[in-house]
Amino acid sequence: MSNETMTIFSPKLAARFDALVQKYPARRSALVPMLLYAQDEIGYLSDAVIAEVAERIGITELDVRNVATYYSMLRFKPAGKYNVQVCTNISCMLRGAYDVFERFQDELGVGHKGVTPDGLFSLEEVECIGACCWAPAIQVNYDFHDELTPESVSGILAEYRGKAKAEGTVSHA
Amino acid sequence: MPRLVSHPDEVKIVTRRFGMGAANIDRYIELGGYEAAKKCLEQGPDWIINEMKASNLRGRGGAGFPTGLKWSFVPKQSAKPKYVLVNGDESEPGTCKDHLIFLHDPHSVIEGTIIAGLAIGAKLGFIYLRGEYRYLLEIMEKAVADAYAKGFLGKNIFGSDTEFQVITQSGAGAYEVGEESALMESLEGKRGVPRIKPPFPAVVGLYGGPTVINNAETIATVPHVIAMGGASYAAVGSERNGGTRLFGISGHVERPGVYELPMGYNLKKMIYEVAGGVRGGRKLKAVVPGGSSTPVLLPEEIENLGMDFDQVGKAGSMLGSGGVVVIDDHTCIVEFALRTISFYQHESCGWCIPCREGTDWLKKSLTRFHAGFGIEKDIDTIRYIAENMLGRTFCPLGDAAAMPTLGFVKKFRKEFEDHLNGKPCPFAKHTEVAVV
Ligand SMILES: Cc1cc2nc3c(=O)[nH]c(=O)nc-3n(C[C@H](O)[C@H](O)[C@H](O)COP(=O)(O)O)c2cc1C
Ligand code: SF4
Ligand code: FES
Repeated sequence: MSNETMTIFSPKLAARFDALVQKYPARRSALVPMLLYAQDEIGYLSDAVIAEVAERIGITELDVRNVATYYSMLRFKPAGKYNVQVCTNISCMLRGAYDVFERFQDELGVGHKGVTPDGLFSLEEVECIGACCWAPAIQVNYDFHDELTPESVSGILAEYRGKAKAEGTVSHA
Repeated sequence: MPRLVSHPDEVKIVTRRFGMGAANIDRYIELGGYEAAKKCLEQGPDWIINEMKASNLRGRGGAGFPTGLKWSFVPKQSAKPKYVLVNGDESEPGTCKDHLIFLHDPHSVIEGTIIAGLAIGAKLGFIYLRGEYRYLLEIMEKAVADAYAKGFLGKNIFGSDTEFQVITQSGAGAYEVGEESALMESLEGKRGVPRIKPPFPAVVGLYGGPTVINNAETIATVPHVIAMGGASYAAVGSERNGGTRLFGISGHVERPGVYELPMGYNLKKMIYEVAGGVRGGRKLKAVVPGGSSTPVLLPEEIENLGMDFDQVGKAGSMLGSGGVVVIDDHTCIVEFALRTISFYQHESCGWCIPCREGTDWLKKSLTRFHAGFGIEKDIDTIRYIAENMLGRTFCPLGDAAAMPTLGFVKKFRKEFEDHLNGKPCPFAKHTEVAVV
């Protein structure tokens, strides 16, 4: 990407990108991880993110969108600062995942793919996250929490509210 | 933090270093790490492949293909570079074993990748982890950086004139990307739509070069096979099924967890002794023996069932990913079948019609059924759709969706009939979730 173009990537993200594309036999191999790393920083795949990734890799925006829409972790709208992903797949379901999911719905006042009005939390029902032997399991962003019961829900939410307070960021939306 | 479990019947080979701080490279070396790779460097490719063949190690990703044989298919001479690709997409419901390997023993994955590279003459290996495994990717990245710093990776590995590089890669959420050709597409920066076979990846794979693709557990086992010797490793398991396997036992058992047991270990014993039996003293209703895509087994079918690829196959199911899901008698099989098919409907890549439409129809039929709006004919329709998907899809995901569905309908027809004519589900609390 030429220096004159506006970048929305932080210097750190730009450096990570530059290092990543060098490594592969083909530049575009950086596409999938790069979209995720960009989303981690910016919150979602905005038009500007798509445009910048396309330009950096050297492919069209349409091509980037075509790939991005395939992957379930990639999103095109902002989520909460803490995205709560509750696995309800078989191993978790057998150990009460739907009760845990319902408790999250009650506590947060939002349903599947909902975002709380303060932008702090979003909630998602997801497929197996690879923690089946420690079910029911959830991920909050990338953190795993396992062997949950409905009673553990409020404690988990309190932990993240505390984190947000400590960082001084209450709203992200 | 995932809880580690243990049982006296376990034979700890792959899990030997779990809980011992082996993510630290010096600790890994202290525990005998990287000796196998050095030995392979001295002995050369033919020797490695012979040891692997002698070990009877079969792929832990699901299909159970003999690893030594797979490696031997890679042409010795190739105009294009060759690659090793480690499959850590681990997304089959009921499966969480690779999770523990990345967490506790990341260097075993790197060492296995180096050995695979030496065996086929590759200079570059990729270790692909599902996007959700970010904390594990960070552990792997650190391990790779440490291996470079020690000179175990790079232009001159272990001071030799042999080159081997490793790149770690993150996915971004997709079960289908675990299918080997879709995995290559993803790594090339594309949608995870599978490729037509043949040509097989061993001949035309990543970037068009010959590629060996193995599951992360398979790769993590390789250094142990070399250290023990192929024949000694084979002797641990059953006929044509070498060594041990990481069985992830989940669902309604007292002590769920990942246990390393010899191939051929009795399934009933696994549930009742190793995992402590059915939770709360309830009765066993059914077992899904190898991840969500493997057909369900009844209690009477597991009495004398040894858990290896051949015996479970003979029993009409599959050993698959080694994820044993235990179901008690308070569970609604219709709801279980619905949750299973919902997963496949969600994950179908949409490329071919029998899978894209079939999973959708099955989900709709089962949803209606579970909600109490089913009619007798629906049971046969479900069966008919599933039977017509079998063998007619572009990749095995279609079969993975159809096979378990057929198993549920055939073995639990009575329970489907009990849902007829608006009768409320006798077990489930969540019928309202299912009304569409
Ligand atoms: C839909 C689908 C999903 C799969 N997911 C995985 C996976 O997550 N991990 C894996 O190792 N193999 C997975 N496989 C199997 C791979 O295609 C491939 O056979 C395997 O990685 C080969 O390694 P192995 O010989 O060591 O078992 C999947 C196959 C299919 C059809
Ligand atoms: S079987 Fe399913 S996942 Fe496989 S190619 Fe067809 S639509 Fe895609
Ligand atoms: S089924 Fe929930 S983590 Fe696997």
